[in-house]
Amino acid sequence: MGDRLFGGIGLALAAFYVWQATTIQVSFISDPVGPKTFPIIIGALMALASLAIIVRPDPRPDWPAAGRLAELGAAVLVMVAYAYSLPVIGFVPATVLAAAYLSWRLGTAPITALISGVGTAVGIYVIFHLILGLTLAEGPLGI
Amino acid sequence: MDVFSSLAHGFAVALTFQNIFLALIGCFLGTIIGALPGLGPSNGVAILIPLAFSLGLDATAALILLTSVYYGAMYGGRISSILLNIPGDEPALMTTLDGYPMARKGQAGEALSISGIASFVGAFFATWGLVFLAPQLVKVALLFGPAEYFALFALAFATLGGVSSTNQAKAAFAAALGLGIAMIGVDGQTGVPRFAFGEVHLYDGIDFLVAIVGLFALSEVLIFLEHRGDGSGEGKHAQVGMGRIVPSWSMIRFCTPAMLRSTVLGFVAGVLPGAGASLGSFLAYSTEKAVSDREGTFGKGDVRGVAAPEAGNNAAAGGALVPMLALGVPGSGTTAVLLAVLLSLNITPGPLLFQQNPDVVWGLIAALFIGNLMLLAMNIPMVGMFARVLMIPPRFLMPIVAMVSFVGIYGISGSTFDLLVMVVFGVLGWGLRKLDVPLVPVILGILLGNLMEANLRRAMTISDGDWSVLVSSPLAVGLWIVAIVGFVLPIVVGKALKNRMHMAKEEPGSTVD
Repeated sequence: MGDRLFGGIGLALAAFYVWQATTIQVSFISDPVGPKTFPIIIGALMALASLAIIVRPDPRPDWPAAGRLAELGAAVLVMVAYAYSLPVIGFVPATVLAAAYLSWRLGTAPITALISGVGTAVGIYVIFHLILGLTLAEGPLGI
Repeated sequence: MDVFSSLAHGFAVALTFQNIFLALIGCFLGTIIGALPGLGPSNGVAILIPLAFSLGLDATAALILLTSVYYGAMYGGRISSILLNIPGDEPALMTTLDGYPMARKGQAGEALSISGIASFVGAFFATWGLVFLAPQLVKVALLFGPAEYFALFALAFATLGGVSSTNQAKAAFAAALGLGIAMIGVDGQTGVPRFAFGEVHLYDGIDFLVAIVGLFALSEVLIFLEHRGDGSGEGKHAQVGMGRIVPSWSMIRFCTPAMLRSTVLGFVAGVLPGAGASLGSFLAYSTEKAVSDREGTFGKGDVRGVAAPEAGNNAAAGGALVPMLALGVPGSGTTAVLLAVLLSLNITPGPLLFQQNPDVVWGLIAALFIGNLMLLAMNIPMVGMFARVLMIPPRFLMPIVAMVSFVGIYGISGSTFDLLVMVVFGVLGWGLRKLDVPLVPVILGILLGNLMEANLRRAMTISDGDWSVLVSSPLAVGLWIVAIVGFVLPIVVGKALKNRMHMAKEEPGSTVD
C-alpha cells in the first residue's frame, strides 16, 4: 500500500466520519455550535490532509512479504485469543501460552520458548499480584 | 521569596519515605527501560501508567514514580546510543555521533559517565528554569479565555511535528484521527451519543490509556516480529571497550563550558512550542561544534560532542515541562504522555493547577530535583550493570512487554473489550508507523479533543454563535499566526534540517568504519 492508496482510504474514512456526524441526533436544548459541528470540522481536516497525501506522496514503505504478514496476523489473532481466554482459563495459563507463542515466533527454540513463557507468567504473577497486589484474571485453578 | 517557600513546601511533600522509595524504583526501572533497545521514554512511561493507576497511588506519588521513570529513561537512552550506535529516540541521535566512536576507542565508560553528568547538568538547570519561568507563564495564561484556549490547542497541533517534521500532511492527518477518536462517546454538553454505533462499551469513549499502550507498546512488539532475524544490535556489544568508569576532573572541567552553553540552548528550544528535545540536542551539538571544534575532533570521539547533545536534550526535556504545566499544552511526545498521566489522575494542567494543586506542582518539581540526584548517583557506579541489560535479546523481552501491557490495562478495568481495543490500536500503530505517520498527534488528539471542543463551544456560547469571536482578541490573533507559521515553516525548512541531522550522522559513520 503506497501513500496514494493510504490517502484514498483516509478520504473514504473522512467521508464516512462526516456522514456519521450529520446523523448525530440533536436534542432540543443545545448550545449554538451543537454536537455535530466540531466532528464535521475534524472530518474536513482529515479529508484535506488525505488529499495532500495523495497529491504529494512519500516513497512507498517496505511492506513485509505475504508470509511475514501472515505471521503478524497470527500474532494479532493470538493476542485477541489471549484477551478472550484471560477470564476463562485464568491469568497464568493464558500468559504461559501467549508469551511462549510470541517468544517462539521471535526466534526462540520451542522448548526454551515454553520455559520463557512460564518464567514470564510466573514472574508477572509474583511481582504484580503477590507483591504489588494488582488484580489479575482468575481462572478455575485460581491463578 | 515566594518561589523558594513554594519549593520548600514541595520538598516537604516529596521527601516522605514512600515517595523517595518510589523515586528510587522509578529511576532504576526507567534507566533499564531506556537502555533497552526499542523502548524509549514515551512507551516506557506508557506501559507503567496503568500500573501506577491500578496500584491506587495518590496523585503526587504516582506522578513522582512516573516522572522518575521518564527522567530515568532519558538517562538510559544514551546507553544504547553509545554502546550500540542505536539511538533509542530521535534526540539521542546526536549522542551517537561522538559517543560510539569513543566506545570504539575503548572509552565507553568515560563516554557514559560524562554523558550522565551532562544529562544531570542539563536537567538540573532546566528544572530551575521551570521553577522561575512557569509561574510567570501562569500569569500570562490567566488572560486566556475559551477562544484563546481554542487557538492555543490549534497551535499545539500545528507545531507538534516540530521543525524537523518531514510531512505535515501526515501530521495533520494524525491529529484529525486522534481528534476524531476523542469524539466517540456521549457528548458532554447535550448528552447524545456520537460515533458509538449502538455499542454500549463505546458510550464512555475510548480510554486514552488503552490507546497509548496499544499505539506505543504493542506496535513495538509487532515491529520486532516483522523484523525478526534482521539482527537488531545483538552481539555488537563485544566490539566496544568500557575503559575507566569515572572521568577525571580535568575532563569534567574541559566539558563544563560545553555543558552550560548547551543547557541554555536546550532549555530555550524546549520551552518554544514545537521545537522539543530533538532540536535541543541538534542545536547544542552543532553550536558546540562551531564554537569548539578547532582540531576537527568532533565526530571522531570528542568528549564535548557527547556532553553537548546530552545536556541540550535533557535541558529541553525540562523546558518542555514549562508549557505543559503552565498552559496544559505539551510541546513534545514525552510531555504528551506525561499529560496523559496528569489527566488520568483527574488533574487538569494549566494556570489553575498552580493555585488548586500546589502540592502536585511543587512536589513534582522537588521530585525532579531528587530524581536527578538519584540518577547521577545511580548511574556512575552502576553503569556497567545497566549496560548488561542490553544483552537481553528481544525474543525474550518483547513477549514480556506485550504481557505487561495486557496486565496494566486489565488491572484498570478488568474488561476484555478494552484489551481488544488495545490490540486494534496496536495494529493501527504498526500500520501508521510503516506509513511514516507520527503517532504523537494521534495521542494528543485523543487527550485534548474533548477539551478543545468544549472551549470552542464555550466561546461560541458566549458570543451567541458569532464565529468571529475566535479572532476577536490580539492574543488569539497572535496565537493563530504562530500556529500558521509553525505549521508552514517545516514544509519550507523541515526537509533541509532533517537531512542535515542525518548527514551529520552519516559523515562520521563513514570515517569510523
